[in-house]
Amino acid sequence: MAKVEIKNLKKHFGELEVLKDINLEVQEGEVICVIGPSGSGKSTMLRCINALEEASGGTIVVDGNEITGGNGDINLFRRNIGMVFQQFNLFPHMSVRQNIAFAPVALKLMSQKEADDEAERLLKRVGMLEKADSYPRQLSGGQQQRVAIARALAMNPDVMLFDEPTSALDPEMVGEVLGVMKQLAQEGMTMIVVTHEMGFAREVSDRVIFIDGGVIVEQGKPADVFSNPQNQRTIDFLNMVL
Amino acid sequence: MSVSKQTVVRGIARVYVDIIRGTPLIVQAFFIYFGLTSALNIRMEALTAGIITLTLNAGAYSAEIFRGGIQSVDKGQMEAARSLGLPYNLAMRKVVLPQAVRTMIPALVNQCIITLKDSSILSVIGMAELTQAGKLIIANNLESFKMWLIVGVMYFIIIMILSKISKNIERKLQYGKG
Repeated sequence: MAKVEIKNLKKHFGELEVLKDINLEVQEGEVICVIGPSGSGKSTMLRCINALEEASGGTIVVDGNEITGGNGDINLFRRNIGMVFQQFNLFPHMSVRQNIAFAPVALKLMSQKEADDEAERLLKRVGMLEKADSYPRQLSGGQQQRVAIARALAMNPDVMLFDEPTSALDPEMVGEVLGVMKQLAQEGMTMIVVTHEMGFAREVSDRVIFIDGGVIVEQGKPADVFSNPQNQRTIDFLNMVL
Repeated sequence: MSVSKQTVVRGIARVYVDIIRGTPLIVQAFFIYFGLTSALNIRMEALTAGIITLTLNAGAYSAEIFRGGIQSVDKGQMEAARSLGLPYNLAMRKVVLPQAVRTMIPALVNQCIITLKDSSILSVIGMAELTQAGKLIIANNLESFKMWLIVGVMYFIIIMILSKISKNIERKLQYGKG
């Protein structure tokens, strides 16, 4: 069974139709990169998957739980879906360690001690252990984003969503974040990554999705999509960004 | 209440804030002390009427400060908390409010000071606050220069203490500085 199943997803903001008819299946352990011009709806699609945006139509099923339709506890479903934001969105009033340990403790899934240990383990994994007691504002963008990834992993999610995770970073910091993501992909995490990093998409993803105008225009193995795009819109887009 | 999802709750909050902000304190005091008591045919102490007026007044202005404070917190904070599976109320309490309160403290202390000074207006309905007490003493000893100076100094001292406390809290709440 697919890990993520999106059927006929539609989303409009008032009159503006952002997603027209999105169909997508993501298998367990698959790494999907979603590319496309700004305003094409790729971030909106991602945000629909964990119901930060409410779908206007269609269904989204993650791990057998229907996200759309209002049945079941969305708060429970979200625990299983990690999200990394473009602007990091770390909690500024908490230290790095607290940022990571916070949700498992607040939701009574772990004791403070367990969560702190888990936070240290995750910080080691993203190479940020020595900054455990720093506050977000003392960190560089790349460091903040690595902590944000660790924070999402603390809920032990089955699926990770990345919403342009390197777009707000200075160029020299992009690499460290992509490095962590690549490592995560190699460990078998199911990932959907909205990105402008074509190098990463080509190297790490199993499948590339090109979205334009609220529909999936083209998809396939990165080698095929990048080297031999079929649709004219994909060709135009790739000509602009590559 | 003004940031609530329920439109009815939000509507009530809006009307309350608009009425209080749109009328002078002295009119509100007269309305409650003279108007309301005669319309409802009840008796009310000046002190009771004064406290009600000041509470309604400070409440409305504080509500606006709270609204502004909550809305000043980036909406990405709520989204990040919700994406981890936190219910709305928990996310509001543990993530948004602690940040909102920090930005609200100067405005809230300011509101405190204004309310304290506004209490002098309530001497018009005979409430026994500082200004009224001053008036009564002057009526006895006719030392108006000395007495008003003392009253002024007393207001000043209380307000200075409040400001100092507020500065201290603000300093303490700055996380991760240095």
